[in-house]
Amino acid sequence: MSLRYLASRLAQGLLVLWIAFTLSFFLLYWLPGDPVTTMLGAGGELQNIDPAEVERLRAEFNLDQPLPIQYLLAVFAVVRLDFGTSIQTGAPVTEAIASALPSTLALAALALGLALIVGVVIAVTATLTRRPWLRDTLAALPGLGVALPTFWVGLMLLQVFSFRIPLFPAVGTGTPAAIVLPAVTLAIPLSAIIAQVLFRSLQNAWIQPFVTTFTASGYTRLRLLLRQALPVALLPALTMGGVLFGQALAGSVVVENVFSRQGLGRLAQTAVTGQDIPLVQGIVLFAAAVFVLVNLITDLTYPLLDPRLRAARRKTESTDASTPAEAADRIEETEGVRA
Amino acid sequence: MTSFASSAAAPTASPRRRARFGFAVLAAGSLLLAGCSGSAAAEDENAEPQDGGTLKIAYDVDPTCLDGQQQGTNVTLNVTRQITDSLTDQDPETQEIKPWLAESWDVSEDAKTFTFHLRDGVKFQDGTDFTSASVKENFEAIQDLGAKASLGQTYLDGLKSIKTPDKQTVTFTFDKSNAQFLQATSTMSLGFYSSDTLAKSAEERCTGDLVGTGPFQLKSFEHNKAIKLARFDDYDWPSSIAEHEGPAHLDGIEFSIVPEASVRNGSLLSGQVDVDFSVQSQDEKTLEAQGLGIASRPNPGVVYNLVPKVTGKITKDKAVRQALVKGIDRDQLKSVISAHQAPATSVLAKSTPEYEDLSDLLAYDPDGAKKLLEDDGWKVGDDGIRVKDGTPLSVTLTYWQDASFLELVQQQLREIGFDLKLEKKTTAEVTAQQAEGKEELTFGNLTRADGDVLRNYFGVSEQNGNERKKAEELDKILARTTSTLDEKERTADFTKAAKILIDEGYSVPIVELSGVIGTGENVHDFKYEASSRFQLYDTWLDGEQ
Repeated sequence: MSLRYLASRLAQGLLVLWIAFTLSFFLLYWLPGDPVTTMLGAGGELQNIDPAEVERLRAEFNLDQPLPIQYLLAVFAVVRLDFGTSIQTGAPVTEAIASALPSTLALAALALGLALIVGVVIAVTATLTRRPWLRDTLAALPGLGVALPTFWVGLMLLQVFSFRIPLFPAVGTGTPAAIVLPAVTLAIPLSAIIAQVLFRSLQNAWIQPFVTTFTASGYTRLRLLLRQALPVALLPALTMGGVLFGQALAGSVVVENVFSRQGLGRLAQTAVTGQDIPLVQGIVLFAAAVFVLVNLITDLTYPLLDPRLRAARRKTESTDASTPAEAADRIEETEGVRA
Repeated sequence: MTSFASSAAAPTASPRRRARFGFAVLAAGSLLLAGCSGSAAAEDENAEPQDGGTLKIAYDVDPTCLDGQQQGTNVTLNVTRQITDSLTDQDPETQEIKPWLAESWDVSEDAKTFTFHLRDGVKFQDGTDFTSASVKENFEAIQDLGAKASLGQTYLDGLKSIKTPDKQTVTFTFDKSNAQFLQATSTMSLGFYSSDTLAKSAEERCTGDLVGTGPFQLKSFEHNKAIKLARFDDYDWPSSIAEHEGPAHLDGIEFSIVPEASVRNGSLLSGQVDVDFSVQSQDEKTLEAQGLGIASRPNPGVVYNLVPKVTGKITKDKAVRQALVKGIDRDQLKSVISAHQAPATSVLAKSTPEYEDLSDLLAYDPDGAKKLLEDDGWKVGDDGIRVKDGTPLSVTLTYWQDASFLELVQQQLREIGFDLKLEKKTTAEVTAQQAEGKEELTFGNLTRADGDVLRNYFGVSEQNGNERKKAEELDKILARTTSTLDEKERTADFTKAAKILIDEGYSVPIVELSGVIGTGENVHDFKYEASSRFQLYDTWLDGEQ
């Protein structure tokens, strides 16, 4: 991978950030309502609102400037890495994100880990089994997993494992037990995506000639699958990193609200309802930056995992037809299949 | 809760008490042991308060700011009330103003000068003394907050000077009569913080850098997660209407933010929280069937009402406004509101000190309403909606409140040929639209345990929800209320004002707002103060802590 490639990818990333920032800026601007009156109209009960004070506060947040000026000021501030303060709480945006982040990270990491295990187990079992009914059932699971509303799943889990059988707390982020149900809820759609992509790849790999060759030389089906087919089939699943991340972030908005968890999703939801423009912008930029980063890492590590791509980059002719890399060639065709 | 464990834990307690409370006795300490009651029945009704335990309260929304001098929302003020005290207290039953941090006070006859004599020995939670200087610097800080002090600034309107002749005396002078000020001193919006707290920025105070004189100290505030309070052990200056002396019974209070109503309900039923701050009306029956308590107290002040604007194309017609008052069947609304809420019987809620029943003026009279409209030239059109000079009798109402009863009001008004279009929007959108001032009708309420709320809401030089152009008889009466301290005179004047508001159709009262709170069986003496916010100083928990 050349420096030029890296530079062009970084430039693409910056472009994505700029578009995300600009879109969210104008969307927020065109929403009806005024953040300052919202803030001062505490709780919605009719209050005496001093117009002079409203003007002062609007000036403080640059809301009295014409739209293009507001936009330029916002862009310059971000370029200087100044993300401003939340209109609702007065706390710096970076601080608000930093305090919400660990909770979401823990949730997402645990959910992704769970999803990977469940997804691999489902895909591998469905590929290996000789019983058609089991294969069909397992193959249908991902569709169901994606279709189930996260909100409903969360409430059901709470109903059963917290209210009826008091295994896990329903409120409070403090204890380790509190993360179990939210992580399971978030893992369900994630595992469905992984299982679906992986199952298709494995099925493709399973019909390749090398499978017959290896089976003939005495490999067991399980060993063959785990040692040869799975590493190849995981590659397309890996490229789903960005999609999985997006899904995890979107899911966290719902999960964090159902389970009363602190986190980025919750923060985003309250920021949008309160029209807290600086905070929403901060969260959008942060999420976009992570998304860009995840995709960049995926793209950069892909050649490391796929010898064929590595070889192609070096511009040397080298193909080893008898290795699974050849299978990757064909599996690539299935990459377009998304959950 | 085995008797074996508990007898080992508390050898001096009576057998019945031991069996009941188990290990809790250890934590409870000597206070509990001093007063053991004998019978199980008495335990439920008149049990001796038990010390210890953390009261877990589930909130529906995050209080974006914890400073009660700045914020006017219930979620904020319920926390503020526990961490800071007031000069006076208002008895929620009798509505009388009683001593708290001020032992006594003198008010000049013209209600322009108020002198408070402060209690000795009061301290802030950081150990500094509470003196007349503290009062002065707090009230000045509220004035400095300006519009950010959403309630406090209206209470201090016209404040000219604050003098502190000695450490225990403070005198306020207003440039005009301000009779409502005495009641205002009982609210947490005029509560006190230490000098260190006042030196901090408004934003820092929001995030919970608050040191008060109250029975509980603020330990932590994490947005969207929890607010933790701990007992202030040196507390020894409860209000004169409190039921005990010394520190609070509870070890602490934890407010968790639980946005999902079904999760709050399930958590309360399964005992994971002790209080659900916002019970949905469909869950009330389940809670009561399980033997859990429901607490509610109507918010004093202006009830949920429609406020027509005299500048409106349709609502400028007095007949239309009056027809709105007559066209609503308030009794029928009972079928759609909580059993703990009530239809309005005046512009003021029953829990307001100066309330008087005006339900006669609010009787359902559809024929009267139709006649008013008919005589005014509003003729019934083909679709049943009345029309005058080509204008249909149709008004759009935008609102954000959880007020599903408005849909029934809509049906009722349809009967008299009035088309009320309902648009539920976000608070932000509604606030913005109201600021633009294009609506003919607004919907809302305003909480305060003093009739002065009428002047604030309707007064021509105040918020003036009706957008009236010049002072009327109504304003003369409301102005008079600020110059007398005589509660009888004030009540008579506020009643006169409420009558005018209804007669002129300036206010169309609908329903009294009251928050419905679910409490666990273990929660005792859960109390409201006069403006229907929590007072948890006397609250205690039974059972093992």
